[in-house]
Amino acid sequence: MNNRIIIVGGGLAGLMSAIKAAEAGCGVDLFSLVPVRRSHSVCAQGGINGCVQPTREGDSPDEHFDDTVYGGDFLANQTPVRDMCHAAPAIIKLMDRMGVMFNRTPEGNLDFRAFGGAKYRRTAFSGATTGQQLLYALDEQVRRLEVEGKITKYEFWEFLGAVLDDDGTCRGISALDMRTMEVRTFPADAVIMAVGGPGVIFGKSTNSAINTGTAAASLYTQGVRYANGEFIQVHPTAIQGIDKLRLMSESARGEGGRIWTYRDGKPWYFLEEKYPAYGNLVPRDIATREIFHVCVDMKLGIEGKNQVYLDLTHIPAETLNRKLGGILEIYEKFAGEDPRKKPMKVFPGVHYSMGGIWVDYDQMTNVPGLFAAGECDYQYHGANRLGANALLSCIYSGMVAGPAAARFANGLHKAAEDSRDGCFDREKRRQQEIFSNIYRMNGSENPYRMANELGELMTENVTVVRYNDRLKATDEKLKELQERWRSLNVLDTSRGTANQAVQFVRQLKYMLEMARVITVGALLRNESRGAHYKPEFPERDDARFLKTTIADYAPSGPRISYQEVDLGYIKPRPRVYDVEKKVGTRKEGDQHER
Amino acid sequence: MSDKPIRLKIKRQNTPDSSPYWEEFSVPYTPGHNVISVLMEIQKNPVNSRGEKTSPVVWECNCLEEVCGACTMLINGGVRQACSALIDKIGRELTLEPITKFPVVRDLHVDRGKMFEALKKVGAWIPIDGTYDMGEGPRMAPKDQEEGYRLAKCMTCGCCMEACPQYNSRSSFIGPAPTVQVRLFNLHPTGAMNRSERLETLMEKGGIAECGNAQNCVRVCPKEVPLTKTLAELNKDVDLYAIFGMLKK
Repeated sequence: MNNRIIIVGGGLAGLMSAIKAAEAGCGVDLFSLVPVRRSHSVCAQGGINGCVQPTREGDSPDEHFDDTVYGGDFLANQTPVRDMCHAAPAIIKLMDRMGVMFNRTPEGNLDFRAFGGAKYRRTAFSGATTGQQLLYALDEQVRRLEVEGKITKYEFWEFLGAVLDDDGTCRGISALDMRTMEVRTFPADAVIMAVGGPGVIFGKSTNSAINTGTAAASLYTQGVRYANGEFIQVHPTAIQGIDKLRLMSESARGEGGRIWTYRDGKPWYFLEEKYPAYGNLVPRDIATREIFHVCVDMKLGIEGKNQVYLDLTHIPAETLNRKLGGILEIYEKFAGEDPRKKPMKVFPGVHYSMGGIWVDYDQMTNVPGLFAAGECDYQYHGANRLGANALLSCIYSGMVAGPAAARFANGLHKAAEDSRDGCFDREKRRQQEIFSNIYRMNGSENPYRMANELGELMTENVTVVRYNDRLKATDEKLKELQERWRSLNVLDTSRGTANQAVQFVRQLKYMLEMARVITVGALLRNESRGAHYKPEFPERDDARFLKTTIADYAPSGPRISYQEVDLGYIKPRPRVYDVEKKVGTRKEGDQHER
Repeated sequence: MSDKPIRLKIKRQNTPDSSPYWEEFSVPYTPGHNVISVLMEIQKNPVNSRGEKTSPVVWECNCLEEVCGACTMLINGGVRQACSALIDKIGRELTLEPITKFPVVRDLHVDRGKMFEALKKVGAWIPIDGTYDMGEGPRMAPKDQEEGYRLAKCMTCGCCMEACPQYNSRSSFIGPAPTVQVRLFNLHPTGAMNRSERLETLMEKGGIAECGNAQNCVRVCPKEVPLTKTLAELNKDVDLYAIFGMLKK
């Protein structure tokens, strides 16, 4: 009998996992909230990193590795990061073979641009919609495998929970048909979660509407460990909106864009002044803190508001159109001004979760048979992700998870069908009960207004600058919201057809669980590292906190413990960007030349 | 003017088989709204203009920055994405309807599965040998990349399908968006190896002969995909293939 793999999520990580699992001979069932071509990967703009041309400018995959570890303030496990950076050139070539319309040099080769936290041009790009183009290429390959009968898609299905047998092995999933509201279970020999980030917990973010973190949070309540939850990337340059924050890619600065505001009536290029070595291309955590400081503390924002200029007006319009067309369109459409002629007004916005589901080097969680890949895992970015490393880590982790899940399935003693020891019925009943309770919720509170309240609370207290007293108060407030969740009104009691309110009430419950993981993790980490910054503890404290945060679920709130970080290759050193980065000291036994 | 509320008239439908009905809403105006953020206001206060409690409106959306293609609907009779429909530009009187060329799931949410099925039919992919490392892809001239990229930005949103008079329940035409994707894969050096198969599908029932050259598609495309120009080129490709290509067989 053919092994079957379930993949949840149709972004880059999910699609790549699906292709790999199908190539390994497994039948694949692919579940997604949206038609996979509309997944959040579509929003990624700037590019994908990989040292494809090692001789150019003196770059090397090891330099990419060092930049990534250094940029992540040494919190990432080094072995998988190193493997990823060495795999990166082949990944870019593979995507090129799939027909991604990467920008070209006059000779017809791939073109590369500069990105934050790196001194070499190693970012391949497709205009300023690279995520969209990579997603489409994988979507097309998956469509081909669908025609060949190797992949079956379940679009407009929401993952609900894992089916766990009596030994605690994952045997399948429960899911909701979003059109008929039917709950079903599906057996599998292994399950890969590629469910993206939790940005919607912060209300307005650069994330898509589906990025509530619910799937990961639901697994967390089933005993799946969550790691480094407190590390949330706030992107330096987004345009403000009522419904979301729209990203203005780092590639704008990679192509020469400058950040400034007025001081004493004159333009002040504060990043260039403070960080002469990297200038506007300092890593995101640093650029974000500087912009925040200039606007919030110094009150020097443009027009007295929380905004600074991102200026492209000195670059020829033809170059801008060719290399950044996608984001210029977004700015023109949503802000109503032409960024070729007037500097864009931007401010930091919640963007990415470095933390995620804990996985081993095969992308397997602490639950046997359950894997995770993409933004929802914690593996590759440490305390701060470098720009253009997300598309890479999503594809790479999918390339690891797919074959690893296939290997696990091959070694599984009893196939899923034989293990119907009631675990499928049990899981289905559990989920049906959750829904029948939600359908009955007729309290006074509105779920969408409560989500707003949650978003404002988290953005105010658990983003750029964090204080322990406020984190403590935030967790108290979150407990209060969990209590108030019980008095929600479901708003829509109709059964049988696309009840989005019922879905959202359930999602909100899990968003509150995940908000506590993020907040408590931040409260207990008394240091500053990467995106996590506490003025009361302004220094990195390797002795106490060069450790991975692990959150285990308990009904009363997350139980936090710590785990050693794999420092197998590069010795931690102070992270500074005002001067050139020093070459990382290699530990003994490392055979790789620099 | 500044305190004049946003008024919405929304065509709703409870199930795929039930009859549609209209419901009106009024949302307080603040600057910066778009159609999605107005619908979100209704979620926060699901009460219609007559003061009756009602269920929140169901619609599809995701990225909210006009790159995923999910939130296509008819806004004041025109097809477009709701996220980029800014109230300060389009005014405070809104009529929202589901697009008409696809079956309604509920309210403004439709099922555009047919579009993805059409992409299967035309073989809209590069037939690579596998995902293991086989070295570099083919070189490509920047001008070819630029042409390909313009076609590759199609987000399968369905605007062109809605506007096309030839795409309807009485015709078998697969519609402008999937047809135009043939050109993208045919201009890629590897994709070109299957050029003839793709052109042959366009010669079948539902193929390019059913395009009536109304040119509505290009006018509604939010991504400025050169639809009519590409359809004309494909027509030529198909004609030349019919005359010369078939002879070689």
